Amino acid sequence: MTTLLEMRGITKQFPGVKALSEVDLTVRRGEIHAICGENGAGKSTLMKVLSGVYPHGSYDGQILLDGSECEFKDIRGSERAGIVIIHQELALVPYLSIAENLYLGNELARRGVIGWDRTLSEAKTLLERVGLRESPQTRIADIGVGKQQLVEIAKALAKDVRLLILDEPTAALNDSDSRHLLDLIVELREHGITSIIISHKLNEVTRVADSITVLRDGRTIETLAVNDELTEDRIVRGMVGRDLTHRFPPRPQREIGDVAFAVANWTVLHPIDQHRKVVDDVSVDVRAGEIVGIAGLMGAGRTELAMSVFGRTYGKYVSGKVFKEGREISTRSVSEAIKNGIAYATEDRKHLGLNLMDSIAKSITLPSLRKVSRRMVINEHDEARVAEEYRTSMRIKASSANVSTGKLSGGNQQKVVLSKWLFTDPDVLILDEPTRGIDVGAKYEIYTFINELAARGKAVIVVSSELPELLGLCDRIYTLNEGRLTGEIARADATQETLMRHMMKGRAQ
Amino acid sequence: MTTTVEQSPQNPVVPDRPNGVPPQQHSLWSRISAFLMSHVRQSGMVVALCAIVLLFQVWTSGILLKPLNVTNIIQQNGYILVLAIGMVIVIISGHIDLSVGSIAGFIGAMSGVLMVSHGMPWPVGVVLCIGMGALIGAWQGFWIAYVGIPSFIVTLGGMLVFRGATQYLLEGQSIAPMPHGLEQVSSGFLPEIGVNSVYHWPTVILGAVMMVAALVTQIRRRRSQLRYGQEVLATPLFIAKCAAIVAALAVVTLLLASYRGVPIVGIILVVLTLVYAFVMRNTVLGRQVYAVGGNAAAAQLSGIRNKWVTLLVFVNMGALAAVAGLLFAARLNSATPQAGINFELEAIAAAFIGGASSSGGVGTVLGAIVGGLVLGVLNNGMSILGIGSDVQQVIKGLVLLAAVGFDVYNRRKGGR
Repeated sequence: MTTLLEMRGITKQFPGVKALSEVDLTVRRGEIHAICGENGAGKSTLMKVLSGVYPHGSYDGQILLDGSECEFKDIRGSERAGIVIIHQELALVPYLSIAENLYLGNELARRGVIGWDRTLSEAKTLLERVGLRESPQTRIADIGVGKQQLVEIAKALAKDVRLLILDEPTAALNDSDSRHLLDLIVELREHGITSIIISHKLNEVTRVADSITVLRDGRTIETLAVNDELTEDRIVRGMVGRDLTHRFPPRPQREIGDVAFAVANWTVLHPIDQHRKVVDDVSVDVRAGEIVGIAGLMGAGRTELAMSVFGRTYGKYVSGKVFKEGREISTRSVSEAIKNGIAYATEDRKHLGLNLMDSIAKSITLPSLRKVSRRMVINEHDEARVAEEYRTSMRIKASSANVSTGKLSGGNQQKVVLSKWLFTDPDVLILDEPTRGIDVGAKYEIYTFINELAARGKAVIVVSSELPELLGLCDRIYTLNEGRLTGEIARADATQETLMRHMMKGRAQ
Repeated sequence: MTTTVEQSPQNPVVPDRPNGVPPQQHSLWSRISAFLMSHVRQSGMVVALCAIVLLFQVWTSGILLKPLNVTNIIQQNGYILVLAIGMVIVIISGHIDLSVGSIAGFIGAMSGVLMVSHGMPWPVGVVLCIGMGALIGAWQGFWIAYVGIPSFIVTLGGMLVFRGATQYLLEGQSIAPMPHGLEQVSSGFLPEIGVNSVYHWPTVILGAVMMVAALVTQIRRRRSQLRYGQEVLATPLFIAKCAAIVAALAVVTLLLASYRGVPIVGIILVVLTLVYAFVMRNTVLGRQVYAVGGNAAAAQLSGIRNKWVTLLVFVNMGALAAVAGLLFAARLNSATPQAGINFELEAIAAAFIGGASSSGGVGTVLGAIVGGLVLGVLNNGMSILGIGSDVQQVIKGLVLLAAVGFDVYNRRKGGR
């Protein structure tokens, strides 16, 4: 097998930061090559160098494609050479059709007039190649993220791609969509398309990739061939520079008390389609000092349940009651929920969790401004002191609490979100995907915090798509499917297989 | 397909970082540049204002800063600055208000009808008018916050509705003259005490009090910032800043005192500016406005009542539009159907020149005042030079573009 791409000694400098130093990457023709590394290891920077986002001359080193050196001035240059990158944030226009998106910037036109018949028929062929059964005239806004991802790949195919780069392709997808996508990449390999995938999900990487290059701190650490002996722990060791035999902190001895928080017979309708029950007669409870997990595939109603309980911020409430320490309480609005000692940390910290323009300090005090103010006037020094306390105790990495949250890494943003809710002094914490998109080291820290919270007698509910995370953290796990509660499994009986079985229960195959 | 394991020998797995955390990437350099950036944005417009003042001072051979003219600038721009205060808050909350000029005109007309045609005592009329402005704001705020119609549409409608209502109320005629008391609010001065001397003493005293107050505030803030270990300006810079503030206050005080003293409008403006700057910077409500404008969804999930906050913002805008309408009617000494035309555009321009962001969440009251003064000084200076209103409009338009362009450029550089 011959070498398709060779990147030699790539060094990329930003003011004050060396993002890449002497990185080597060799990709063979017709393989799927994974790049793994913690956040900030330089994966995306490397791919931006490769695809011409950072033009030739702004970095040192060589890029050889088929043995000849390339000097891309922009993305168009790399696309002409057959390199297409699909970014984490999809670059599709929501209100244009699939076909229009496929040929965006690349229109099938003669003298500026688009040939619609040809566009539609070729779009149809491309959609068949990626296995997407949708009319080319469907609007992007009307299809799910999984299908949008397929459209992106079809768009790459329209450009005669030879080397496809996917940056975290499955981060926003559910399990079956992820599987479909990965199968497609494997299938494309049979047709001679080489792929580079950047992924945090090691199980996926070991399933589809032929070799893996591990980056750490802007350097190439190693390239591993995938075979049966390669374990996930082995990859993680390269990523973090140590053996991560314990991906989860040891569970401290903690006392589990009485039922602290209970939701009974909760039913919610979809906000637009009001015939659909998104949450259907669900009852869950959590005890003081207990960590309870909620598992389910995408669309199972986990986030919907959590948000609707927390101030009815999702969908249309139909029925159900909320109890705290046996007494019925109202969580009709967010402020009532907060007042009753309930906190909800969202899964989407960039859009729902933080105002990215605001400083760490202002973000932390927002839900509890009254605690740092007297007669509605904010005491800036109290605020600064509180923020500083959390910055230190939660180990938020920033030069001061005045740094805006938009400049922090995902893990540190998540620590700000947690700080913000801890400062409301809740008894019950609902944490929705608390470690989504953050690196292994920060995950470990977050798990430690969650354990500490439970040890301090808080009742914690963790909603997560990552089964190992639920198994490593929770005392008890509920499973949801299509809005219904399908199981309640104690830690001792829980395995990935049993959970998955319950998560699929009653689902039409 | 897979063949070899390529272990790179020169890069053994070194357990160098016990926590697996990436190294500190924000070096001193990026911190300093971020600090400078934030200060460029804060002070850039103040510098620009000083430059414009100096330029016109030279071009007009010293007429610009003649005591009479400084008084004129204040009286001519008072109502726009009042609108700019309300407008920047609306813009911070993520909205826009196109109707303020029409509301100001409508309130002016209403004041004429009430106080002149019906002979209502003017203080009662003023209270009623401001109440009416707040009510109009509540009406528009209701559609925006609770029904969810974009503010651009609601206030575009309001612009037409209240322009029409103004003409209906006045039947196309002007009503004049306004009651003497109201007229004095707009063109009167702080009364003189004792014998007439070179300087207007109450103004000098007021100016001195403000200088002391400004100094004390600056020093106290710095002291407590130091006590809580926050970043502060270096001592020489801080002294320079204090000196600049005192000097600016002294110049304005002496200029005003050597004519007829502080105009009443000036006092109203200073009070409104200080109150609103405090509200936006130091109170829970102000913080909530920034939060709603910065990220509405995150604000709602933090327990903020977005709709209520938005409604209040528009109620406030309506009330301030009413104040502006009254000031304008008082200054013209008549209620006319044309009052308030294009005021909204001047107010919006002032807010944006002063650093507000059209996407919401960013802006300051002081910035809007500086932006309004930039426009006011341009207007005044160019009029003294006898530049036609056609050229004036072109220049003001370009200044708006340049100011916002500068801001966008800075932000892009700061963000990377």
